[in-house]
Amino acid sequence: MNLTSFDRSLLAATEAGLPLESHPYETIGARLGVGGAAVRSRLAGMLDQGLIRRIGAVPNHYRLGYTANGMTVWDVDDVQVDALGVRVGALPFVSHCYRRPRVPPVWPYNLFAMVHGHSRSEVEHYAQQIRCLLADSVRSSDILYSTRILKKTGLRLGSAG
Amino acid sequence: MNTLQLQAEAPAVHSRVAARPPDATDLRLLERLHGDFPLSDAPFADVGEELGLHEADVIARLRRMLDDGLLTRFGPLFQIERAGGCFVLAAMAVPAERFAAVAAQVNAFPEVAHNYQREHRLNMWFVIAAESQAAADDVRRRIESVTALQVIALPKEREYYLELRLPLVP
Repeated sequence: MNLTSFDRSLLAATEAGLPLESHPYETIGARLGVGGAAVRSRLAGMLDQGLIRRIGAVPNHYRLGYTANGMTVWDVDDVQVDALGVRVGALPFVSHCYRRPRVPPVWPYNLFAMVHGHSRSEVEHYAQQIRCLLADSVRSSDILYSTRILKKTGLRLGSAG
Repeated sequence: MNTLQLQAEAPAVHSRVAARPPDATDLRLLERLHGDFPLSDAPFADVGEELGLHEADVIARLRRMLDDGLLTRFGPLFQIERAGGCFVLAAMAVPAERFAAVAAQVNAFPEVAHNYQREHRLNMWFVIAAESQAAADDVRRRIESVTALQVIALPKEREYYLELRLPLVP
C-alpha cells in the first residue's frame, strides 16, 4: 500500500478516534514526535487525496432508531445499470449503492442499495420507490434483512513485522 | 512488511436502543459533526462557536454519546482502497445447524471485517479487507477450505454512492 510511514503512524494514532480535548491534533502530534500543525497539514492532504473520506462522527444508526437494515438487490439491465445506479445512489434513504457481479445461478443481482429505516415497512416503502425508478430495466429483486451483527471491526492498519 | 489488521469490537444487537436518547442539541451536534471537523488548533471550541455551545459542552456531549454507543467512533474515516487496499463482499449459504460454528470460523480471520446474518438462503454476509486483491482471494480460499462451504465473492465493480448520512434533525 502506498502510504508513507508517517501516514501509517497517523492512522494508528487516530484509529480509536480523535482525543476529546481542546487541542486534539497537538496531542496526536506529541505522540508522534511532531507538532499539531504537521498533523493538521497531513490530515488535510489525506482528505484531498481521498485517503480520508471525512473527519467526523460515525453514528450507530441502530442505536439512533434505524433498526431495520435492508440490503435491496436488483437484477438490472447491463446497459442501463450505471445511469440508474447513480440515480438510486442519490436517493436520500440509500446509504450505499454498488454494482457487483452476478454469480449465476446462485446470485442473479447486479445492483445493491442499502436502505435503513425505523421498521421493515418503511424499508419496503423505500424499496418501492427504487422499483419505480428502475421501472422496466429491472428483471427481479429481493430485500435481505440483517438479523444479527456477527462481527463488526474497526479498521486497523498496523505494522506487523 | 506492513499488514492490514482488523480489531474486533463486541458484537452489537440491532434492536438495542440507547439508555439515554439524544436530545435536540445532541442531534444538532451530530448533524454538524458528520464531516468537516475543523483542522484548527481548537476544533471543538470552533464547532461550539458555530452552534452556540461551550467547548466543554461539545466535548462532554460527544463523550457521552460515545460511551452510550450512539456513536461508534469520532475521528478520521480512512479509505484504504485509495491506498491500494481492497474490500470484498462475500456471501455463504450456511446450514442452520452449523451457523454458530461457521460464524466462529469466519470471524476468526482477522481480515474479516463486518459479518452479518441475513434472511436469505445466502445467510452469512461478510467483508474481507486485505492489502491487495490477491490477498483477499487467498483469504476467501482459506475460508472455503476451513468451512468446506462455497464463498461467493461479490467485489464492487462500481460505487455509485457511499455515505451513511441519515436524517437526525426532523
